[in-house]
Parts: sequence; C-alpha cells; structure tokens
Amino acid sequence: MTTTLDTKGMNCPLPILKAKKAIKDLDAGETLQVLSTDPGSVKDFEAFCRSTGNELLDSSEADGVFTYMIKKSA
Amino acid sequence: MSAEGENAKSMSIIVTKGTLDWAYPPFILATTAAAMDVKVSMFFTFYGLQLLKKNLDHLQISTLGNPAMEMPMMGMHMTMPNIMSAIPGVDAMCSTMMKNLIKKKGVASIPELREAAVESDIQMIACQMTLDLFEMDSKDLIDDIELGGAATYMENALKSDINLYI
Repeated sequence: MTTTLDTKGMNCPLPILKAKKAIKDLDAGETLQVLSTDPGSVKDFEAFCRSTGNELLDSSEADGVFTYMIKKSA
Repeated sequence: MSAEGENAKSMSIIVTKGTLDWAYPPFILATTAAAMDVKVSMFFTFYGLQLLKKNLDHLQISTLGNPAMEMPMMGMHMTMPNIMSAIPGVDAMCSTMMKNLIKKKGVASIPELREAAVESDIQMIACQMTLDLFEMDSKDLIDDIELGGAATYMENALKSDINLYI
C-alpha cells in the first residue's frame, strides 16, 4: 500500500518533518510517496533514509517536482 | 519517542540567541535530528529564553552589526547601514519583511517548529538563573519545559554524541 504526502511549496526542514510523521503511521513494509519542490530535499531524503534505516526505493524529478518512494523498515 | 530507531544517538544544543533569524538554526536542527531518531535536549539560556515564551510575536531581527544581511527588495539586494537600526520602526519593518519572506518561501514559522519540537518529545530546559536575573516569570513560558542549571546541562552534554552552542 502506498500513501502520498504532498509537501510541494514547503522548505527545509518541513518535508522531512512531515515525512517522519507520515512514516510513523505506516506499517512496516508499506511505502510512502513524498512530493516536494525543494531542490535541497534530494540529498536530505537520501541522508534521512540512510540514518533512519528506511529504504529509499526511488528518487525522481519531473517538471520541478521531486518524488521519493520510501519503504518503512521494521 | 524519538530515540527508538536505528540511531539511538543524542544531541544537546545550548540556545543563547533570541532574535527571529537566530531562532531558526537550533529549532531546525533539533526537529530534524528528532525526525532522524536522535534524542535531543535543548538548553535555553540568556536571550534564548525568549524562544520559550508562550507568545512569540515579539521576536524580531536586528539590523545592527549585520553587514551580511541582504534582503531581497525592489528587485535587488539591500543591506542596512548600522545607523538605520537607530531609527524607530526600522527593526520592526525589517522583521515584518522577513516574516513575509518566510511565508512566501514556504519556510516554517518559529511557532510551527517549536510545536514540532514539543510533539517529537524534545527535552527543553529553561535556565533558572536567567529567569531570576531578568526577573522573568516561568508562567509566561510554555508548559512543555523543565527548569534547570549548568549541572543539568552538563549531565546531558556528557552523555551526548553531539553538543552544539548556538
């Protein structure tokens, strides 16, 4: 199951804070899709996932919108 | 609880400044660290105590002694000569401009970040000595804090992986 979190227009550190909150409500193995317009969020979501042990399945960009697929770890 | 994840590391921050701009670094780092499963403790002392007041509307930036403060204005960047800050209303005007920029750029407000800090169980300690020194009343501060002194901070700092002074 995939839940979508729209953080378009938000700046650092809000996308990360909102993502953390959303991940809390997921079960392990579920995926969170995060949308962001903050270019700084690319490196930040990589670092966030490395540090929290959640898996960054995909990171892409289209028309100025960055999309991250994050799988919640156990 | 913020310390359950992989990291289980800890950070302490001493917060000494009470202007609108300088309120950002400690709250951004503290809330982000908590989101990355770091246990965070913030010690508010001297002017930093202003950031714990229930109402944060009084926070302002100061143009004094800050030649690096360039504000985007009328299509260019303007700095404020020190003499400007002596004119009544200039700091207030600059603060309003800064707040408008913050909103426009989707940057979190300080009340919003502080709320996030409370929600993520960040420990916030107000310096008792500063309260006494400036005759401040702890009733004017938010409820989610503890009072403490240098030894309280040191106990936290000795156990922390990261200690910052802002």
